[in-house]
Amino acid sequence: MIGSEIPALIPVTYILFAILIPVIGLWKREITWHLSLLGTGIATFFSAWGFMHLIQTGETIRYFFGGWAPPIGIEFVYDGLAAFIVLVINTIAFLVLIHSKEISKVEFPGKKMAYYTVSMLLMLGFNGMVLTGDLFNLYVFLEISSLSSYALIAIGEKRAPYAAFRYLIIGTVGGSLYLLGVGFLYTVTGTLNIIDMHAMLPQVIEHSSVIAALILMIIGVGVKAALFPLHGWLPDSYTFASSTSSALIAPIGTKVAAYILFRIMLFLFGVELIDDQLPVTTIIGIFAGIGILYGSIMAIAQSEMKKMLAYSSVSQIGYIIMGLSLANPFGFIGAVLHILNHAMMKALLFLVSGSIRLKEGHSLITKFDNSYRKKYPWTMAAFTTAAISMVGLPPLAGFFSKWYLALGTIDNSNWLLLAVILISSLLNAVYFFRILEKVYLNNPDTESTEETEAVERDEVGFSMRFPMAVMAIGLLLVGIFNVYIVNIIFTMFPAGF
Amino acid sequence: MDLTYIPLYAVLVSLAAVPFILLSSKKPNLREFWTILAGVIKFLLVLALLPSALQGNVIELELLEIAPNLPLVLKADTFGVFFALIASGLWIFTSFYSIGYMRGHHEKKQTRYFASFAICLSSTVGIAFSGNLLTFIIFYEMLTLATYPLVIHNESKKAIAAGRKYLSYTLSAGLLLIAAAAITYSITGTLEFVPGGIFGDTDLSNSMAVVIFLLFLGGVGVKAGIMPLHSWLPSAMAAPTPVSALLHAVAVVKSGVFGVIRVVGFIFGPEMMAEFGLNEILMVLAGITIIVASLLAFAQDNLKRRLAYSTIGQLSYIVLGAALLTETGLIGSIMHISFHATMKITLFFCAGAIMVNLHKKNISDMNGIAKVMPWTMAAFTIGSMGLAGIPPLNGFVSKWYLASGALEGGMILPVIILVISGLLNVGYFFPIIHRAYFRKGGPELEGHTEASPFMVVPLFSTAVLSILFGLNPDLFFNFFDMATSIASSIFNPL
Amino acid sequence: MLDFFMGHYAYWFTIILLAIGLYGMLLKKNLVKKTIGLSIFQAGVILFFVSVAMKEGATVPVKTYELPVTEVSNYMNALPHTLMLTAIVVGVATLGVAFALIINIYNRYGTLNEEELLDKIQ
Repeated sequence: MIGSEIPALIPVTYILFAILIPVIGLWKREITWHLSLLGTGIATFFSAWGFMHLIQTGETIRYFFGGWAPPIGIEFVYDGLAAFIVLVINTIAFLVLIHSKEISKVEFPGKKMAYYTVSMLLMLGFNGMVLTGDLFNLYVFLEISSLSSYALIAIGEKRAPYAAFRYLIIGTVGGSLYLLGVGFLYTVTGTLNIIDMHAMLPQVIEHSSVIAALILMIIGVGVKAALFPLHGWLPDSYTFASSTSSALIAPIGTKVAAYILFRIMLFLFGVELIDDQLPVTTIIGIFAGIGILYGSIMAIAQSEMKKMLAYSSVSQIGYIIMGLSLANPFGFIGAVLHILNHAMMKALLFLVSGSIRLKEGHSLITKFDNSYRKKYPWTMAAFTTAAISMVGLPPLAGFFSKWYLALGTIDNSNWLLLAVILISSLLNAVYFFRILEKVYLNNPDTESTEETEAVERDEVGFSMRFPMAVMAIGLLLVGIFNVYIVNIIFTMFPAGF
Repeated sequence: MDLTYIPLYAVLVSLAAVPFILLSSKKPNLREFWTILAGVIKFLLVLALLPSALQGNVIELELLEIAPNLPLVLKADTFGVFFALIASGLWIFTSFYSIGYMRGHHEKKQTRYFASFAICLSSTVGIAFSGNLLTFIIFYEMLTLATYPLVIHNESKKAIAAGRKYLSYTLSAGLLLIAAAAITYSITGTLEFVPGGIFGDTDLSNSMAVVIFLLFLGGVGVKAGIMPLHSWLPSAMAAPTPVSALLHAVAVVKSGVFGVIRVVGFIFGPEMMAEFGLNEILMVLAGITIIVASLLAFAQDNLKRRLAYSTIGQLSYIVLGAALLTETGLIGSIMHISFHATMKITLFFCAGAIMVNLHKKNISDMNGIAKVMPWTMAAFTIGSMGLAGIPPLNGFVSKWYLASGALEGGMILPVIILVISGLLNVGYFFPIIHRAYFRKGGPELEGHTEASPFMVVPLFSTAVLSILFGLNPDLFFNFFDMATSIASSIFNPL
Repeated sequence: MLDFFMGHYAYWFTIILLAIGLYGMLLKKNLVKKTIGLSIFQAGVILFFVSVAMKEGATVPVKTYELPVTEVSNYMNALPHTLMLTAIVVGVATLGVAFALIINIYNRYGTLNEEELLDKIQ
């Protein structure tokens, strides 16, 4: 049945469309967008099918490429966590690309074919990273997605190419450090297969190169994940890229990198090694905590919405990595749930900022005023939903991931991190409610004249409203029904929980 | 009759009215009709639960599991029905009053006002019927969000600043409450409200217990106006008076003290409170609040602000009663929830009527207004007498039980505090009454008569209710019986 | 001491290359020089892998008829070599993208010096 082929089908779909779009695009310019939708749509369909299949049968699919058995051959491992992440990133990509239709006319006219081709390659890279079970293969997909993201970021406004160049330098260093770490591990264990190496690591854990490898890999992937203090590339890149690029890379890219950290720490090394024998978790926890606060504080200081969202992303990734560093069940649940929640919230927020940029020509918060309430009621409603969820108010999704993370910190008696969660929620409220105030309330300093009162509704088109509405409703549904998702996350636990 | 779903319907009915309200924004009479209809249905639904509550039955409805082993559960126990009854009943009065006030004052954004009010009442009934701490937190935060548009209604600089202050206080409180709940859940594995407490035999160190209690107190204490977490309340007087009346004298602040009693009686339990000396912390805070708030009330010339400080002080009567850890004290405390509500709402209604009718906000301007607004001032007098604890008003009954409760516990200091506070109450209310009746009014009073009946009828009705409840605390709704059975369930758990 | 250095000289060279690469990326102002630094950095990693494949007395992993393949000590470890072929390709692709960006930046701002660039961008 197709079920067992799913791990291969998803990346293959993207490769197929990465070839189709330029070929057909040269002949017929207008259908590139539709093709990209088709590509991500098919991939999402496969992801959903695979996920359902996995829930029903409960067996991990190990797909051997070319029939070569590991540890010699390369395999894709489709277990619960991978299936979940793949479903999330493909769905988000699908929705973001729907939204891109209007944006592409304004922000990158005439480059649509190139843009959508590169987005296909980007998704290929991300899906590959999540699915692969081989460490070097991971490096290859990592670089594929990175190069695509450099290109996507460079397609933007004036400052974009330079921001992309800086990101290139930092990102490639990260990738190379990861590769070096893989090299160390290969030297000691002789294999590159994750499952295989997991079995071997306890025997060679004494070797100093293992610790060095772990640190190198964490730093390398941490650059991609924007783990403090390796986040420096993020604010500029997200700000100057086109809105669709930010909406694609921000929610998906950092999450996939965080997922890689999960794989390395909890599945490759395993819970006992990470927690007991190497004090890595404590250090990562500290950096995550600092990152959470730093991101929130910097976000408050921003006057431009995209930059604010970029710093907010640094903060939110901190939550996920903090959940990882707790190395206990609730921390894991909170982190994985937050991967889903934050992907939705951040994508929605970037889409909103894209819509506003489209209509107003800018996204400077200082210039927001309450005519937006009348002009873009649905967009603003979606923004409000996302804001409330980011602050962590029930019954929206954001509350629940913070709840589980809080329970996780209490289980470890880590009161400092609990306080960090609470304080940062409050800081989130500051920078989000500031915008809500501007948009919904009359500015008490200016008189409302006939002009401002008579603003017409000028809401964005359906192709932009639809994805935003889906995500906003999704936040509510995920919040209320999070038990079902959590029950599935229970099945994803690494050994040792 | 199967009552299982009634708590759910009671919560939802005003939410269901919201789309109707929003759609009728062009037709004010239709819009107000929806509000009144929702209010009446809500009240009747809660009333239907009264007989079973009086028998001590608990109607439990598990809605869905919202976290593993933590369901969203509505539980209509006696205490919940008690609170829901007051909130929904007084909403009907407030809705009529709002009509008179908003139209008389030519307020804008009335649709937003009525819609937000409906959501607030939904949240309040949800808080009343919360079966566990998580459900409570969800509705608590919902209440915070739903009250914000009402606080900033005027959208003036003051209102927006008040809204920011309100949000920062209540959101921080919410976070502390979440932290407290998370820790409690880790220790006990449950968050259910059980009379007598859920900590049971768990091993808890002294400092841990105090920390958890303080976190809870921070969480519910903000809404309950316990000092030093009270300062949002006077600022929130920037809101229109019906908002101050219902929300800040009945729904929001009573949710706070409701939360305090839930925490004291249903999460910690009297035994544990005494074991760790937590009740002493509570008593000190409540006592300070009562005295300081009453003193600060003197200094306010703005009538609503004086009433705000009075509210802060009176709320701590309820907290004090809970801190006494005696059954009689708790009875007084619970009854004061409803009795203070009727009295304070009367006073706020009067303040609003005076403002709309005569455009007066400050007490120093209120000379001789009793001539022009006799009914209003009569109601005001009744309300103030009740708050001071003068029989035969209901305020006297609850104060009597509070004092008895203190004596029963062998404590004389609370009694002294209550007496002093009573005198202070007289002290800051009497000048108002004196001015209104015995000073000569200025020329600006010419040609004015009593305020619109939409306002006067509700305010006089609540004043009359205060008298009736004072004469017979069990009238209509058996408040006294309910309070007794709640207190007894906490102190004599099965 | 000397033993320690001589025995591990491959690793020392790797470290030196990495250091030179980092120096180039961080301290040089010209974008092209930064790219060169990046390239050197990647070369360091590649050389590390290749050095790992070394076996004493073995020859390059290209099959010759005189030395039977079944005797593994004849040939160096082929796997790192193949992996590094891929890595070199990745490096080339990265350089391609980097140069595309550099050309774009040069066309926009007319300079490749980082300090001047930052001035022009503001």
